Amino acid sequence: MALAAPALTHLQLLEAESIHILREVASEFERPVMLYSIGKDSSVMLRLAQKAFYPAPIPFPLLHIDTGFKFREMIEFRDRMAAAVGAELLVWRNEPAIAAGTNPIALDTKRCCGLLKTQALLDGLNHYGFNAAFGGARRDEEKSRAKERIYSFRDKAGQWDPKNQRPELWNLYNSRIHPGESIRVFPLSNWTEMDVWQYILQEDIPIVDLYFAKDRPMYVREDSLLPIEQSFVARPGEQPRMVRSRLRSLGCSPCTGAIRSDADTLPKIIAELLSFRSSERANRAIDHDQEGSMELKKREGYF
Amino acid sequence: MPISDAILNLETERPLEDGAGGSRSSFLAKDDTRDLLRFSTAGSVDDGKSTLIGRLLYDTQSVYEDQVRSIEGKGTTGAGSFDLALLTDGLRAEREQGITIDVAYRYFSTANRKFIIADTPGHEQYTRNMATGASTASLAIILVDARKGVLTQSRRHACITALLGVPNILVAVNKMDLVDYDEEVFNSIRVVFTAFFDQLGDLRPPHLEFVPVSALTGDNVVNRTTAMPWYSGPSLLEHLQSAPAAEGGASDAFRFAVQRVLRPNHDFRGFAGQIAAGTIRPGDPILVLPSRRTSNIRSIVTFDGDLSAAQAPQSITLTLTDEVDISRGDLIVAPECAAVATKHFTASLVWMDEKPLELSRRYLLKHTSRTVQARVTAVQHRLEVDTLERKPAVTLNFNDIGLAEIESIQPLVVDKYSTNRITGSFILIDPVTNLTAAAGMIRETNIEGHPTTTNAITAENRAARWGHTGVHISLTGSTAFVDAAERTLFLRGAFVVRPDSLSQETLAALIAAGALVLTNTTSDNQTVTFGEQRAAVTNVDDLVHFLEAHAILRGGPRQ
Repeated sequence: MALAAPALTHLQLLEAESIHILREVASEFERPVMLYSIGKDSSVMLRLAQKAFYPAPIPFPLLHIDTGFKFREMIEFRDRMAAAVGAELLVWRNEPAIAAGTNPIALDTKRCCGLLKTQALLDGLNHYGFNAAFGGARRDEEKSRAKERIYSFRDKAGQWDPKNQRPELWNLYNSRIHPGESIRVFPLSNWTEMDVWQYILQEDIPIVDLYFAKDRPMYVREDSLLPIEQSFVARPGEQPRMVRSRLRSLGCSPCTGAIRSDADTLPKIIAELLSFRSSERANRAIDHDQEGSMELKKREGYF
Repeated sequence: MPISDAILNLETERPLEDGAGGSRSSFLAKDDTRDLLRFSTAGSVDDGKSTLIGRLLYDTQSVYEDQVRSIEGKGTTGAGSFDLALLTDGLRAEREQGITIDVAYRYFSTANRKFIIADTPGHEQYTRNMATGASTASLAIILVDARKGVLTQSRRHACITALLGVPNILVAVNKMDLVDYDEEVFNSIRVVFTAFFDQLGDLRPPHLEFVPVSALTGDNVVNRTTAMPWYSGPSLLEHLQSAPAAEGGASDAFRFAVQRVLRPNHDFRGFAGQIAAGTIRPGDPILVLPSRRTSNIRSIVTFDGDLSAAQAPQSITLTLTDEVDISRGDLIVAPECAAVATKHFTASLVWMDEKPLELSRRYLLKHTSRTVQARVTAVQHRLEVDTLERKPAVTLNFNDIGLAEIESIQPLVVDKYSTNRITGSFILIDPVTNLTAAAGMIRETNIEGHPTTTNAITAENRAARWGHTGVHISLTGSTAFVDAAERTLFLRGAFVVRPDSLSQETLAALIAAGALVLTNTTSDNQTVTFGEQRAAVTNVDDLVHFLEAHAILRGGPRQ
């Protein structure tokens, strides 16, 4: 027997699994792309892609689906990161819908997401001819995601059929698709929100400043903190106030609430997370529309 | 729902208590050393599996309050209480039917371990999902309803779990509260089920434990109960905490399937992959299969710097000391313990496609990072998983399990599944529908060219094993040169013999046995002689090229 090696930590094991997935997809698909949403999960996924192909560059472009409602700091961060990593950055917007003034107040969040996210995503993938798209979704985020495969097969319309998923055994992924079909790939499937934060801490991964608490102007309505980023959310006479706050999850500014927080460092964020008794998507309006709303969105082509 | 309802209210926060859920400091430390255990759960309909998992998540404080609130008063319980099973039953169709359709993955953590649960359905038609969940698990929980005892479904789960090579099986005898926590009930289930496991023979899991629980009341799930003083063993969670994480394989023979060749510039050529078994260090000799080329590790490259050692299952990039032709699908192994290159093997198949197996058809076979065409040439038997009877069969239908002969068009470099779950497993893909048709576990490898077992060993068998034909080679040169030549051939896996003296009879016998017989004369000139052929060689590589050029050593087919 050889000398006993020190046991690998859960983060090392998750990293090894994710890198294996990234390399498999890059090697088996002609046109892979990484969906880059600027959030903390995307930041981890981007670092894992750097690791998977080092010292070679990341062999696929990044694609950001821009709804036009992203925080300014997010867009600046996105451009900075893409340049720092040396990756090709593509941005896709549903311009006709944006020009038509699509917003979650005029429509409802469901229809707004459908146009600015789902439709834009499908159009973007289609426009560039990508047949494999990495996403940073995790199975612990929401109940229907818990049953998502790592390789999530999508038909020609980009739709997901939960009853017709391919079995996934060992680390053997079936990458065979017909022309026009595609897969979504989730290298972070087995990571939890806590794993992501701990990895960011361990690896010193840059993240958008909005995650850290500081005094920010907010509209305060009952328990809610609404960032002033989008002026149309203001009610007549409503004045923003400075509130020590941060965002727990980055979405579109009209649908993302802030939380009161003093967590201005990663250890404080993790400590805060440990004290939370509420799941992270709870401050994203889209999952709450109706029972099983995420499952319905995915069936339509959403990540 | 208005945004305001979705905003967190910090006033209601409750700090995580140390103890059950784990201490805060372990999560905050930058050098967090928690390991990882993957386990699967299987159980029949209504035996309380979802409730058990809900209980594990709830009692380890792994669910958020908004998730608990979202199930309050729903399911089979009334207002003000919650049905823990609803924490895990995700898909709409499942909630409508009150059953679990698909494998669901759950996560929770304690102070020293992260857990990944593959929660698999209990219906017969979802055998394939059970196999999926078990494939990566190092422990399986099998639920048995204390009132019903060991059912057909329980035996089916036990068999599939064992077939998939899960080394630790934990039988949770559930609903003990409904049988008055009766020790006799527990004991009789243990006796009956143990007898079934014993029938599995070679497949019997090395570790089998039983624990009496009540998922509904929480008895023995996370905390030990006082309701069953006759049971002094650990709780279910304590078992999960202490089971070997089995990401081991660090001391096994090195196995590394090349996923991708990284060539960012002309100075760098690295081979990216995930270690399937063993440990590797710079300087270690390696053998590339199926080409049988040898080299040594120059460096283990990562984004975080070169490593002095790496072990399974790390994802790394290797560089070698020699320019060796390696591509995706090749296997890099420890030379002294090579895997078998073969086109024929016997495997257990779990048939996962609604379309039955067709013997005449070609399927795509994916093994590690290599995909080849393959046929199933014969079905030896179908396994009746609840009775373990071997039934004669000519095909395999949806959810059948059987033993079959496989023939691939190109050689695969494999281990037995019992030795290595990565290099011993494969999937079959229907080339028309692209669906995953079967999962395979290699049980026996047959010697190249001889799919049917025969006792006679041929020259081809020997050549296939050693990578060369039986031959006499004489060398001239320094002792150091001949030593180096012998070592290089040995590391390639050659059956190399270097006798001091040799009769013609012995020489003939050695050649007939497939040996590469090396004799030498000390000289200042380095030459190699084989029959009528003689050549000057400047180094050992020249010698190897000479042997390959004369079809003595197999150069390895390139694709």
